[in-house]
Amino acid sequence: MSSASPTPTEGTAPTEGTAPAEGTAPAEGTAPAEGTAPAEGTAPAEGTAPAAGVTPAAGTVPAGETAGGTRRRRRGPRTWLAALPLVAFTGLCFGLPLGALLYGAVTRTDPGTGATALTGEHLSRSLQGPYLGSLLGSVQLSALTALIASVLGVLIAQAVVTSRSQALRNAVLTASGVLANFGGVPLAFAFIATVGISGVVTQLADLSSLGWNLYSFTGLAVVYLYFLIPLMVLVILPALDGLRPQWREAAQNAGAGGWQYWRHVGIPVLAPSLLGGFVLLFGSAFAAHATAAALVGGSVPLVTLKIADALSGNVLVGQENVALALGLDMILIAGLVMAVHLPLQRRSARWLR
Amino acid sequence: MLGAAVLTTATACGAAPEGAAGADGDGAKAATAASAKDFGGMDALVEAAKREGALHVIALPPDWANYGELIKTFETTYGIEIESENPDAASADEIAAVKSRKGQKRAPDVLDLGIAFARSGAEEGLFAPYKVEAWDKIPAAQKDEAGRWYNDYGGYVSIGCDAKRIPNCPKTFADLLEPEYKGKVALNGNPTKSGSAFGGVYAAALANKGSFADIQPGIDFFGKLKKSGNFIPVESTPATVEKGETPISIDWDYLNAGYADQFKDKGVDWQVAVPTDGVYAQFYSQAINKDAPHPAAARLWMEYLYSAEGQNLWLKGYARPVLLPAMTADGTADKAFVAKLPAVTGTPAFPASAELDKAKATLAEKWDKALS
Repeated sequence: MSSASPTPTEGTAPTEGTAPAEGTAPAEGTAPAEGTAPAEGTAPAEGTAPAAGVTPAAGTVPAGETAGGTRRRRRGPRTWLAALPLVAFTGLCFGLPLGALLYGAVTRTDPGTGATALTGEHLSRSLQGPYLGSLLGSVQLSALTALIASVLGVLIAQAVVTSRSQALRNAVLTASGVLANFGGVPLAFAFIATVGISGVVTQLADLSSLGWNLYSFTGLAVVYLYFLIPLMVLVILPALDGLRPQWREAAQNAGAGGWQYWRHVGIPVLAPSLLGGFVLLFGSAFAAHATAAALVGGSVPLVTLKIADALSGNVLVGQENVALALGLDMILIAGLVMAVHLPLQRRSARWLR
Repeated sequence: MLGAAVLTTATACGAAPEGAAGADGDGAKAATAASAKDFGGMDALVEAAKREGALHVIALPPDWANYGELIKTFETTYGIEIESENPDAASADEIAAVKSRKGQKRAPDVLDLGIAFARSGAEEGLFAPYKVEAWDKIPAAQKDEAGRWYNDYGGYVSIGCDAKRIPNCPKTFADLLEPEYKGKVALNGNPTKSGSAFGGVYAAALANKGSFADIQPGIDFFGKLKKSGNFIPVESTPATVEKGETPISIDWDYLNAGYADQFKDKGVDWQVAVPTDGVYAQFYSQAINKDAPHPAAARLWMEYLYSAEGQNLWLKGYARPVLLPAMTADGTADKAFVAKLPAVTGTPAFPASAELDKAKATLAEKWDKALS
């Protein structure tokens, strides 16, 4: 019947299920309800997460000394104690669902006898035919929207920073905080009412004859940008603030032009934050379900929609384990994206303090 | 030791739900009763159900086939409170609820399932066999021999159309391809998920030289509809119908006919036609959870649904109850409601289980490609 209920998918894919609880802590209530998981604990956690209480010392070590390695090792046990609540929480909220997911994805239970056996069937099915198509579709949509939103978000944030207007800054930050959380079904319906088939603007401007179609890949990308760009602004604004004016002055004194400053100072320093922002946006778009479900139903193949179909449908019987396998695929992809980001983040986080 | 004790009191009911109303022996008896006779007649069944005092149902939308009134009438007739959970849930959710809440008080007592889920659930041994009083009148093709599930109500795939917005309402699948319907034709959801949308594709297959064993022409039809720009992937709901977002909606005739009633006062002239070129009917099935926390109330609910009163209430919601042929013959069907049903030519045929499975597999494989 109604496919607008997001709960089934969120329950199964740990990336989503645990996001809301955590997303609020590190990102100061700015992260959207959906899909903040992948970048969690990496980019925004730095400042506020419980473990951060012990990190400031680590920041001074590499800056002042070359032999920081030995010191870090000595502080080990105490760090572990402080981080214990976080570790326990993560283990409970990520580990348990992940274990259940893994178990379901590689086993099969015979309905008659109740016997359980190992099988690779679900995983291989999740990487074939329409399921593979949905994975690729999701990656494509997420990468594209994250890229566009990253670029536009940085430009907007930079404009706000250089304007030095406190009023503008407050306005943009507040608006971004609200809009970044404005996802899901309400957003979809806002767009349907405005530029849907019988939407107000569609009727007034006769958009249909211009080839506009909200219920397509392009339409979905536009809707995603609506909450991804504000998210990028929120993430990148502090990093842009961290670029000290002295660096630019120093560069200018040394005879560098604007482009050279960005090429050799600005962008390298910002790189981890930019990449972190991109990863966050990618995860946000990758895990989004309700918006897409309300907007395009099954006509744009997305992995979250496929999981929902398999878990909660009236048509296909016995697809639960394929849904779990798809969830596992999602985690692997999110993990891969994060793996690119982590080393870079560690390397130059020290510049932005 | 505990196992032995349970075995002696009641076979096949290892998980006699705790907290079920009534004495232990009584609860066990209700949980294994295969007909009203096992209680000692209908009166005793009503008595036992009243003692339990509640019935837990799932996935019964009040605006679907008149379920709202069915629930209310049952509550007032027997004084049994119905706890309705997640009205918009799907068959898969119902089965999941049965499995995950085995032995809990919150488990659903009765289920209204898509036929494939009824069959697979029976195979997994999730349902209690029970034969209602009207058992013999249910056609043999529409029930499980052991009484683990039987069809309850169904309808035809129909085309609903907002006559205020569409000057010339389509009557057949062939009509839908006309350029005048650009950006106007919707299904009730994604056919790999929604039963009614699946029915729409199946009917389109029949309209395009396909068969129960061959759903491909139906998929191709919607592919063509998408390419021409006529098809919109918006899932039609009462809201989209009312707002004119889905001016033409392929859906069960009982839902479409219900919308016509619902929105008459709101200026929507919703017309319903069962397409003559693709006649497809499908029934849902009713079953009792084997570990129902309210076993007697569950059985009373079944008796109520398959009584003339229950069947007529479905009929009032434009759904075609399974006993309609028998009730038309013996004169208990409400003639006013029968007269209001959308007209259908010919008699419905039903796909065999294997044909249905094959069609679904083909659909799951090909639908995305055809629509993108």
